[in-house]
Amino acid sequence: MEPKIPTRMGDGSLTEMTRSEIKADLEAGTQAAAKRARCPELTQDELDHLLDIYASSARFTAVDIGDEVVMTNDGTGTKHIGNRIQDLQSFEQLLGVDIVELWQIDYSFKAVKTNVAHEAQTMKMAQLLLTNPVQYGAMPDLGRYSQPDGPIPNWSELLPLGKIDEARRAQEAAKEMLVEDIAFVADNMVAAGTDGIDFDTTGAAGDADFLAALTACRKLRRKYPWLGIEIGMAAEFVLGMHGQLEFDGERLAGMWPKDQLRMVQAAGASIYGPAVNVNTGKSAAWNIARAITLIKPAAEIAEIPVHVNVGMGVGGVPTCVHVPADATSRVSKAVVEILKIDGY
Amino acid sequence: MGTGDPLGMESAHTQASGMQGMRAAGDLVARMQMTRRMRLKEAKQYVADKLHCTTRDLSDPIAMESLRAEHGLGQLPLPSSVQPDEAGMIEAKFNIAELLDIPINCVERFKKHAGMRVAAES
Repeated sequence: MEPKIPTRMGDGSLTEMTRSEIKADLEAGTQAAAKRARCPELTQDELDHLLDIYASSARFTAVDIGDEVVMTNDGTGTKHIGNRIQDLQSFEQLLGVDIVELWQIDYSFKAVKTNVAHEAQTMKMAQLLLTNPVQYGAMPDLGRYSQPDGPIPNWSELLPLGKIDEARRAQEAAKEMLVEDIAFVADNMVAAGTDGIDFDTTGAAGDADFLAALTACRKLRRKYPWLGIEIGMAAEFVLGMHGQLEFDGERLAGMWPKDQLRMVQAAGASIYGPAVNVNTGKSAAWNIARAITLIKPAAEIAEIPVHVNVGMGVGGVPTCVHVPADATSRVSKAVVEILKIDGY
Repeated sequence: MGTGDPLGMESAHTQASGMQGMRAAGDLVARMQMTRRMRLKEAKQYVADKLHCTTRDLSDPIAMESLRAEHGLGQLPLPSSVQPDEAGMIEAKFNIAELLDIPINCVERFKKHAGMRVAAES
Protein backbone atom coordinates (compact mmCIF):
# COMPACT_ATOMS: atom_id res chain seq x y z
CA MET A 1 0.00 0.00 0.00
CA GLU A 2 1.32 3.44 -0.98
CA PRO A 3 2.39 5.47 2.07
CA LYS A 4 0.59 8.69 2.95
CA ILE A 5 2.48 11.98 3.07
CA PRO A 6 1.39 14.93 5.23
CA THR A 7 0.45 17.92 3.09
CA ARG A 8 -1.87 20.92 3.15
CA MET A 9 -5.19 21.95 1.73
CA GLY A 10 -5.81 25.42 0.31
CA ASP A 11 -7.30 26.48 3.65
CA GLY A 12 -4.09 25.44 5.40
CA SER A 13 -5.51 22.37 7.12
CA LEU A 14 -3.23 19.37 7.39
CA THR A 15 -4.19 16.33 5.34
CA GLU A 16 -2.52 13.19 4.03
CA MET A 17 -2.14 12.15 0.42
CA THR A 18 -0.14 9.50 -1.40
CA ARG A 19 2.55 10.49 -3.90
CA SER A 20 0.22 9.36 -6.67
CA GLU A 21 -2.59 11.56 -5.37
CA ILE A 22 -0.28 14.58 -5.17
CA LYS A 23 0.92 13.88 -8.71
CA ALA A 24 -2.67 13.70 -9.92
CA ASP A 25 -3.49 17.02 -8.23
CA LEU A 26 -0.48 18.72 -9.81
CA GLU A 27 -1.63 17.52 -13.21
CA ALA A 28 -5.19 18.62 -12.56
CA GLY A 29 -4.04 22.05 -11.35
CA THR A 30 -1.97 22.79 -14.43
CA GLN A 31 -4.71 21.49 -16.72
CA ALA A 32 -7.32 23.68 -15.05
CA ALA A 33 -5.14 26.77 -15.45
CA ALA A 34 -4.19 26.03 -19.05
CA LYS A 35 -7.78 25.45 -20.06
CA ARG A 36 -9.06 28.61 -18.40
CA ALA A 37 -6.25 30.99 -19.47
CA ARG A 38 -5.50 29.28 -22.78
CA CYS A 39 -1.83 28.96 -21.91
CA PRO A 40 0.53 25.97 -22.02
CA GLU A 41 0.44 23.35 -19.30
CA LEU A 42 3.60 22.84 -17.25
CA THR A 43 6.13 20.47 -18.80
CA GLN A 44 6.69 16.98 -17.44
CA ASP A 45 10.05 18.08 -15.97
CA GLU A 46 8.36 20.94 -14.16
CA LEU A 47 5.62 18.70 -12.81
CA ASP A 48 8.24 16.18 -11.66
CA HIS A 49 10.10 18.97 -9.88
CA LEU A 50 6.91 20.13 -8.17
CA LEU A 51 6.22 16.54 -7.14
CA ASP A 52 9.64 16.30 -5.49
CA ILE A 53 8.90 19.50 -3.55
CA TYR A 54 5.36 18.58 -2.51
CA ALA A 55 5.62 14.81 -1.99
CA SER A 56 7.86 15.29 1.01
CA SER A 57 7.18 15.17 4.71
CA ALA A 58 9.98 17.64 5.46
CA ARG A 59 8.96 20.41 7.84
CA PHE A 60 10.79 23.01 5.76
CA THR A 61 12.40 23.32 2.36
CA ALA A 62 14.52 25.94 0.61
CA VAL A 63 16.27 26.95 -2.60
CA ASP A 64 19.93 26.18 -3.24
CA ILE A 65 22.58 28.53 -1.86
CA GLY A 66 23.08 31.35 -4.35
CA ASP A 67 19.56 31.20 -5.78
CA GLU A 68 18.00 33.66 -3.34
CA VAL A 69 15.63 36.39 -4.55
CA VAL A 70 14.51 39.85 -3.41
CA MET A 71 11.71 40.18 -0.86
CA THR A 72 9.33 43.06 -1.30
CA ASN A 73 7.05 43.25 1.66
CA ASP A 74 3.65 44.86 1.51
CA GLY A 75 1.78 45.03 4.77
CA THR A 76 4.95 45.09 6.86
CA GLY A 77 4.52 44.61 10.60
CA THR A 78 2.21 43.23 13.23
CA LYS A 79 -0.31 45.09 15.30
CA HIS A 80 1.08 44.00 18.65
CA ILE A 81 4.62 45.32 18.77
CA GLY A 82 5.57 48.96 19.01
CA ASN A 83 4.80 51.57 16.41
CA ARG A 84 4.87 51.46 12.63
CA ILE A 85 8.50 52.51 12.31
CA GLN A 86 9.47 49.78 14.77
CA ASP A 87 7.47 47.40 12.59
CA LEU A 88 9.62 48.38 9.64
CA GLN A 89 12.81 48.05 11.66
CA SER A 90 11.85 44.61 12.94
CA PHE A 91 11.12 43.42 9.41
CA GLU A 92 14.44 44.87 8.21
CA GLN A 93 16.55 43.61 11.08
CA LEU A 94 14.83 40.52 12.51
CA LEU A 95 13.16 39.00 9.47
CA GLY A 96 15.65 40.14 6.83
CA VAL A 97 13.28 41.32 4.11
CA ASP A 98 14.81 43.50 1.39
CA ILE A 99 12.15 46.18 0.82
CA VAL A 100 9.80 47.27 3.60
CA GLU A 101 6.55 49.11 3.18
CA LEU A 102 4.94 51.86 5.21
CA TRP A 103 1.16 51.68 5.08
CA GLN A 104 -1.89 52.50 7.12
CA ILE A 105 -4.67 50.16 8.13
CA ASP A 106 -7.23 51.88 5.87
CA TYR A 107 -5.19 50.68 2.90
CA SER A 108 -6.55 52.93 0.15
CA PHE A 109 -5.10 55.98 -1.61
CA LYS A 110 -8.41 57.79 -1.09
CA ALA A 111 -8.23 57.23 2.66
CA VAL A 112 -4.55 58.14 2.86
CA LYS A 113 -5.19 61.43 1.07
CA THR A 114 -7.01 62.86 4.09
CA ASN A 115 -4.05 62.38 6.44
CA VAL A 116 -1.20 62.35 3.97
CA ALA A 117 0.85 64.91 5.88
CA HIS A 118 1.03 62.63 8.91
CA GLU A 119 1.74 59.60 6.77
CA ALA A 120 4.50 61.51 5.03
CA GLN A 121 5.98 62.61 8.35
CA THR A 122 6.20 58.96 9.38
CA MET A 123 7.87 58.19 6.05
CA LYS A 124 10.45 60.88 6.68
CA MET A 125 11.28 59.45 10.10
CA ALA A 126 11.43 55.92 8.69
CA GLN A 127 13.89 57.03 6.04
CA LEU A 128 16.19 58.42 8.72
CA LEU A 129 16.13 55.20 10.72
CA LEU A 130 16.27 52.45 8.11
CA THR A 131 18.92 51.30 5.65
CA ASN A 132 16.54 49.18 3.54
CA PRO A 133 14.46 50.77 0.78
CA VAL A 134 11.15 51.94 2.25
CA GLN A 135 8.18 52.26 -0.08
CA TYR A 136 4.66 53.50 0.58
CA GLY A 137 1.79 51.18 -0.25
CA ALA A 138 -1.98 51.38 -0.65
CA MET A 139 -4.73 49.96 -2.84
CA PRO A 140 -6.10 51.90 -5.82
CA ASP A 141 -9.48 50.68 -4.50
CA LEU A 142 -11.75 52.27 -7.11
CA GLY A 143 -14.92 51.18 -5.33
CA ARG A 144 -14.30 53.82 -2.66
CA TYR A 145 -15.41 56.50 -5.13
CA SER A 146 -18.89 55.03 -5.58
CA GLN A 147 -21.89 55.88 -3.41
CA PRO A 148 -22.38 55.66 -0.46
CA ASP A 149 -18.62 55.90 0.27
CA GLY A 150 -17.92 58.35 -2.55
CA PRO A 151 -19.63 60.86 -4.83
CA ILE A 152 -20.03 58.70 -7.97
CA PRO A 153 -23.18 56.67 -8.72
CA ASN A 154 -22.59 53.06 -7.75
CA TRP A 155 -21.94 50.98 -10.86
CA SER A 156 -22.59 47.76 -8.98
CA GLU A 157 -26.15 48.99 -8.45
CA LEU A 158 -26.52 50.37 -11.99
CA LEU A 159 -25.40 47.18 -13.74
CA PRO A 160 -28.16 44.90 -12.39
CA LEU A 161 -30.66 47.54 -13.50
CA GLY A 162 -29.37 47.25 -17.05
CA LYS A 163 -27.98 50.81 -16.97
CA ILE A 164 -24.80 49.78 -18.73
CA ASP A 165 -23.85 53.18 -20.16
CA GLU A 166 -24.45 54.90 -16.84
CA ALA A 167 -22.33 52.29 -15.06
CA ARG A 168 -19.52 52.81 -17.55
CA ARG A 169 -19.60 56.59 -17.24
CA ALA A 170 -19.54 56.24 -13.45
CA GLN A 171 -16.40 54.10 -13.57
CA GLU A 172 -14.72 56.49 -15.97
CA ALA A 173 -15.43 59.41 -13.63
CA ALA A 174 -14.19 57.46 -10.62
CA LYS A 175 -11.04 56.51 -12.46
CA GLU A 176 -10.17 60.17 -13.05
CA MET A 177 -10.56 60.94 -9.35
CA LEU A 178 -8.45 57.95 -8.37
CA VAL A 179 -5.59 58.91 -10.68
CA GLU A 180 -5.53 62.36 -9.09
CA ASP A 181 -5.51 60.92 -5.58
CA ILE A 182 -2.71 58.46 -6.33
CA ALA A 183 -0.60 61.27 -7.79
CA PHE A 184 -1.35 63.50 -4.81
CA VAL A 185 -0.32 60.87 -2.27
CA ALA A 186 2.75 59.89 -4.30
CA ASP A 187 3.92 63.51 -4.59
CA ASN A 188 3.69 63.89 -0.82
CA MET A 189 5.55 60.63 -0.21
CA VAL A 190 8.28 61.59 -2.66
CA ALA A 191 8.65 64.89 -0.83
CA ALA A 192 9.08 62.93 2.40
CA GLY A 193 11.82 60.73 0.93
CA THR A 194 10.08 57.52 -0.16
CA ASP A 195 11.99 55.06 -2.32
CA GLY A 196 8.89 53.83 -4.07
CA ILE A 197 5.12 53.55 -4.36
CA ASP A 198 3.32 50.22 -4.22
CA PHE A 199 -0.05 49.94 -5.98
CA ASP A 200 -1.26 46.90 -4.07
CA THR A 201 -4.23 44.72 -5.00
CA THR A 202 -4.60 46.52 -8.31
CA GLY A 203 -7.64 45.63 -10.37
CA ALA A 204 -9.71 44.62 -7.34
CA ALA A 205 -12.61 46.65 -8.77
CA GLY A 206 -12.01 45.50 -12.32
CA ASP A 207 -10.66 47.02 -15.51
CA ALA A 208 -11.25 50.67 -14.53
CA ASP A 209 -9.27 50.08 -11.34
CA PHE A 210 -6.42 48.60 -13.40
CA LEU A 211 -6.57 51.49 -15.88
CA ALA A 212 -6.33 54.04 -13.08
CA ALA A 213 -3.20 52.35 -11.74
CA LEU A 214 -1.58 52.19 -15.18
CA THR A 215 -2.43 55.82 -15.91
CA ALA A 216 -1.11 57.00 -12.55
CA CYS A 217 2.00 54.89 -12.96
CA ARG A 218 2.82 56.43 -16.33
CA LYS A 219 2.26 59.89 -14.90
CA LEU A 220 4.60 59.20 -11.98
CA ARG A 221 7.25 57.61 -14.17
CA ARG A 222 7.43 60.72 -16.35
CA LYS A 223 7.80 62.90 -13.28
CA TYR A 224 10.15 60.67 -11.25
CA PRO A 225 12.40 58.53 -13.47
CA TRP A 226 14.17 56.98 -10.47
CA LEU A 227 11.05 56.11 -8.40
CA GLY A 228 10.35 52.50 -7.52
CA ILE A 229 6.82 51.71 -8.70
CA GLU A 230 5.36 48.31 -7.95
CA ILE A 231 2.03 47.24 -9.40
CA GLY A 232 0.75 44.18 -7.57
CA MET A 233 -2.45 42.63 -8.81
CA ALA A 234 -5.58 41.56 -6.94
CA ALA A 235 -6.23 38.43 -8.97
CA GLU A 236 -5.17 36.39 -11.96
CA PHE A 237 -7.86 37.83 -14.22
CA VAL A 238 -8.94 41.43 -14.83
CA LEU A 239 -12.69 41.63 -14.39
CA GLY A 240 -14.56 43.54 -17.08
CA MET A 241 -16.73 45.67 -14.83
CA HIS A 242 -16.60 48.29 -17.60
CA GLY A 243 -15.60 46.04 -20.45
CA GLN A 244 -14.44 48.58 -23.00
CA LEU A 245 -11.50 50.32 -21.35
CA GLU A 246 -8.16 50.27 -23.13
CA PHE A 247 -4.56 51.17 -22.33
CA ASP A 248 -2.30 51.86 -25.31
CA GLY A 249 -5.09 50.57 -27.53
CA GLU A 250 -5.48 47.22 -25.76
CA ARG A 251 -8.62 46.12 -23.97
CA LEU A 252 -7.91 45.50 -20.29
CA ALA A 253 -10.90 43.35 -19.40
CA GLY A 254 -10.06 39.67 -19.43
CA MET A 255 -6.30 40.06 -19.22
CA TRP A 256 -4.31 37.21 -17.65
CA PRO A 257 -0.82 37.69 -16.13
CA LYS A 258 1.13 37.76 -19.41
CA ASP A 259 -0.93 40.64 -20.78
CA GLN A 260 -1.13 42.33 -17.38
CA LEU A 261 2.67 42.33 -17.34
CA ARG A 262 2.89 43.90 -20.80
CA MET A 263 0.63 46.74 -19.68
CA VAL A 264 2.45 47.26 -16.39
CA GLN A 265 5.76 47.29 -18.20
CA ALA A 266 4.50 49.77 -20.80
CA ALA A 267 3.21 52.06 -18.06
CA GLY A 268 6.74 52.29 -16.67
CA ALA A 269 6.47 50.30 -13.45
CA SER A 270 9.61 48.92 -11.84
CA ILE A 271 8.08 45.71 -10.52
CA TYR A 272 5.07 43.60 -11.55
CA GLY A 273 3.33 41.46 -8.93
CA PRO A 274 1.08 38.77 -10.34
CA ALA A 275 -1.56 37.36 -8.00
CA VAL A 276 -3.33 34.03 -8.33
CA ASN A 277 -5.98 33.33 -5.74
CA VAL A 278 -6.14 30.06 -3.85
CA ASN A 279 -8.97 27.54 -4.02
CA THR A 280 -9.41 26.52 -0.38
CA GLY A 281 -11.15 23.28 -1.28
CA LYS A 282 -8.22 22.00 -3.34
CA SER A 283 -4.83 20.74 -2.16
CA ALA A 284 -1.67 22.83 -1.93
CA ALA A 285 -0.30 20.79 -4.85
CA TRP A 286 -3.29 21.62 -7.07
CA ASN A 287 -3.03 25.31 -6.17
CA ILE A 288 0.71 25.68 -6.78
CA ALA A 289 0.47 23.96 -10.17
CA ARG A 290 -2.38 26.25 -11.16
CA ALA A 291 -0.60 29.40 -9.94
CA ILE A 292 2.69 28.63 -11.65
CA THR A 293 0.97 27.71 -14.91
CA LEU A 294 -0.84 31.06 -14.99
CA ILE A 295 2.23 33.15 -14.10
CA LYS A 296 4.82 31.35 -16.23
CA PRO A 297 3.93 33.07 -19.54
CA ALA A 298 4.49 36.45 -17.86
CA ALA A 299 7.75 35.46 -16.17
CA GLU A 300 9.13 34.21 -19.49
CA ILE A 301 8.76 37.51 -21.34
CA ALA A 302 9.26 40.01 -18.52
CA GLU A 303 11.74 42.84 -19.01
CA ILE A 304 11.16 44.17 -15.49
CA PRO A 305 11.37 42.29 -12.18
CA VAL A 306 8.46 39.97 -11.38
CA HIS A 307 7.61 39.70 -7.70
CA VAL A 308 4.94 37.05 -7.30
CA ASN A 309 2.32 37.67 -4.63
CA VAL A 310 2.76 34.78 -2.22
CA GLY A 311 1.03 36.09 0.87
CA MET A 312 -1.79 34.30 2.58
CA GLY A 313 -4.33 33.13 0.07
CA VAL A 314 -2.39 33.89 -3.11
CA GLY A 315 0.27 32.20 -5.20
CA GLY A 316 -0.29 28.78 -3.66
CA VAL A 317 0.09 29.92 -0.03
CA PRO A 318 -2.93 28.67 1.93
CA THR A 319 -5.75 31.03 2.88
CA CYS A 320 -5.35 31.20 6.65
CA VAL A 321 -4.08 33.70 9.19
CA HIS A 322 -1.31 31.57 10.68
CA VAL A 323 0.26 30.10 7.58
CA PRO A 324 2.32 26.96 8.27
CA ALA A 325 5.97 27.40 7.30
CA ASP A 326 5.99 24.01 5.56
CA ALA A 327 3.44 25.34 3.09
CA THR A 328 5.11 28.74 2.68
CA SER A 329 8.59 27.34 2.14
CA ARG A 330 7.34 24.91 -0.52
CA VAL A 331 5.80 27.81 -2.42
CA SER A 332 9.05 29.77 -2.05
CA LYS A 333 11.10 26.99 -3.57
CA ALA A 334 8.60 26.22 -6.30
CA VAL A 335 8.16 29.76 -7.63
CA VAL A 336 11.87 30.53 -7.55
CA GLU A 337 13.03 27.32 -9.17
CA ILE A 338 10.34 26.92 -11.82
CA LEU A 339 9.37 30.49 -12.64
CA LYS A 340 12.88 31.95 -12.25
CA ILE A 341 11.28 34.99 -10.70
CA ASP A 342 13.05 38.07 -9.39
CA GLY A 343 11.43 38.21 -5.99
CA TYR A 344 8.17 38.31 -4.12
CA MET B 1 5.08 39.36 -1.02
CA GLY B 2 1.75 39.74 0.68
CA THR B 3 0.75 39.75 4.27
CA GLY B 4 0.10 37.36 7.11
CA ASP B 5 1.52 36.04 10.35
CA PRO B 6 5.19 37.16 10.15
CA LEU B 7 6.62 33.87 11.42
CA GLY B 8 4.68 31.76 8.95
CA MET B 9 4.97 34.22 6.07
CA GLU B 10 7.88 36.64 5.90
CA SER B 11 10.21 34.68 8.15
CA ALA B 12 9.51 31.44 6.29
CA HIS B 13 10.01 33.10 2.90
CA THR B 14 13.23 34.85 3.87
CA GLN B 15 14.68 31.66 5.32
CA ALA B 16 13.60 29.61 2.31
CA SER B 17 14.75 31.91 -0.46
CA GLY B 18 15.39 35.50 0.64
CA MET B 19 18.54 37.56 0.09
CA GLN B 20 18.39 38.53 3.80
CA GLY B 21 18.17 42.29 3.36
CA MET B 22 20.95 44.27 5.02
CA ARG B 23 22.27 41.13 6.76
CA ALA B 24 23.75 40.49 3.32
CA ALA B 25 23.10 42.56 0.17
CA GLY B 26 19.38 42.11 -0.47
CA ASP B 27 18.71 45.80 0.07
CA LEU B 28 21.31 46.74 -2.55
CA VAL B 29 19.95 44.37 -5.18
CA ALA B 30 16.44 45.56 -4.38
CA ARG B 31 17.48 49.14 -5.05
CA MET B 32 18.64 48.22 -8.54
CA GLN B 33 15.31 46.54 -9.23
CA MET B 34 13.38 49.55 -8.00
CA THR B 35 15.49 52.34 -9.45
CA ARG B 36 16.81 50.83 -12.67
CA ARG B 37 14.09 48.22 -13.31
CA MET B 38 16.75 45.51 -13.53
CA ARG B 39 15.74 41.87 -13.44
CA LEU B 40 17.35 39.77 -10.71
CA LYS B 41 20.29 38.36 -12.64
CA GLU B 42 21.32 41.76 -13.97
CA ALA B 43 20.78 43.47 -10.61
CA LYS B 44 22.89 40.89 -8.77
CA GLN B 45 25.68 41.16 -11.32
CA TYR B 46 25.62 44.96 -11.14
CA VAL B 47 25.97 44.98 -7.35
CA ALA B 48 28.59 42.21 -7.38
CA ASP B 49 30.67 44.18 -9.88
CA LYS B 50 30.50 47.26 -7.71
CA LEU B 51 31.60 45.28 -4.66
CA HIS B 52 34.14 43.14 -6.55
CA CYS B 53 32.58 39.94 -5.28
CA THR B 54 30.59 37.03 -6.71
CA THR B 55 26.81 37.09 -7.03
CA ARG B 56 26.67 34.21 -4.53
CA ASP B 57 28.42 36.39 -1.95
CA LEU B 58 25.49 38.81 -2.08
CA SER B 59 23.29 36.44 -0.07
CA ASP B 60 26.05 35.37 2.29
CA PRO B 61 26.10 37.32 5.58
CA ILE B 62 29.70 36.30 6.25
CA ALA B 63 30.99 37.57 2.93
CA MET B 64 28.93 40.73 3.17
CA GLU B 65 29.85 41.60 6.75
CA SER B 66 33.34 42.76 5.80
CA LEU B 67 32.23 44.30 2.50
CA ARG B 68 29.49 46.34 4.15
CA ALA B 69 31.94 47.54 6.78
CA GLU B 70 34.58 48.37 4.18
CA HIS B 71 32.19 50.45 2.09
CA GLY B 72 30.17 51.94 4.96
CA LEU B 73 26.90 50.34 3.79
CA GLY B 74 25.40 49.84 7.24
CA GLN B 75 25.29 46.73 9.39
CA LEU B 76 22.90 45.37 11.97
CA PRO B 77 23.78 46.65 15.43
CA LEU B 78 23.44 43.62 17.70
CA PRO B 79 24.15 43.10 21.41
CA SER B 80 27.22 41.12 20.39
CA SER B 81 28.37 43.58 17.74
CA VAL B 82 27.75 47.30 17.56
CA GLN B 83 29.41 49.85 15.30
CA PRO B 84 28.75 53.28 16.81
CA ASP B 85 31.44 54.96 14.73
CA GLU B 86 30.43 53.38 11.42
CA ALA B 87 27.82 54.54 8.93
CA GLY B 88 24.29 53.36 9.69
CA MET B 89 20.75 54.07 8.48
CA ILE B 90 20.58 57.43 6.64
CA GLU B 91 24.37 57.75 6.82
CA ALA B 92 24.84 54.40 5.13
CA LYS B 93 22.44 55.39 2.36
CA PHE B 94 24.79 58.21 1.32
CA ASN B 95 27.45 55.55 0.72
CA ILE B 96 25.01 53.15 -0.96
CA ALA B 97 23.95 55.84 -3.42
CA GLU B 98 27.55 56.57 -4.31
CA LEU B 99 28.57 52.91 -4.58
CA LEU B 100 25.62 51.94 -6.78
CA ASP B 101 25.65 55.22 -8.71
CA ILE B 102 21.93 55.77 -8.21
CA PRO B 103 19.95 58.61 -6.66
CA ILE B 104 18.41 57.77 -3.29
CA ASN B 105 15.53 60.12 -2.68
CA CYS B 106 15.92 60.61 1.06
CA VAL B 107 19.66 61.22 0.67
CA GLU B 108 19.07 63.94 -1.90
CA ARG B 109 16.45 65.54 0.34
CA PHE B 110 18.74 65.30 3.36
CA LYS B 111 21.46 67.16 1.42
CA LYS B 112 18.98 69.82 0.34
CA HIS B 113 17.41 70.32 3.76
CA ALA B 114 20.72 70.34 5.60
CA GLY B 115 22.33 72.60 3.05
CA MET B 116 25.22 70.16 3.43
CA ARG B 117 27.06 72.67 5.52
CA VAL B 118 30.48 71.34 6.39
CA ALA B 119 32.07 72.57 9.62
CA ALA B 120 35.23 74.57 9.06
CA GLU B 121 38.32 72.78 10.25
CA SER B 122 40.04 74.59 13.05
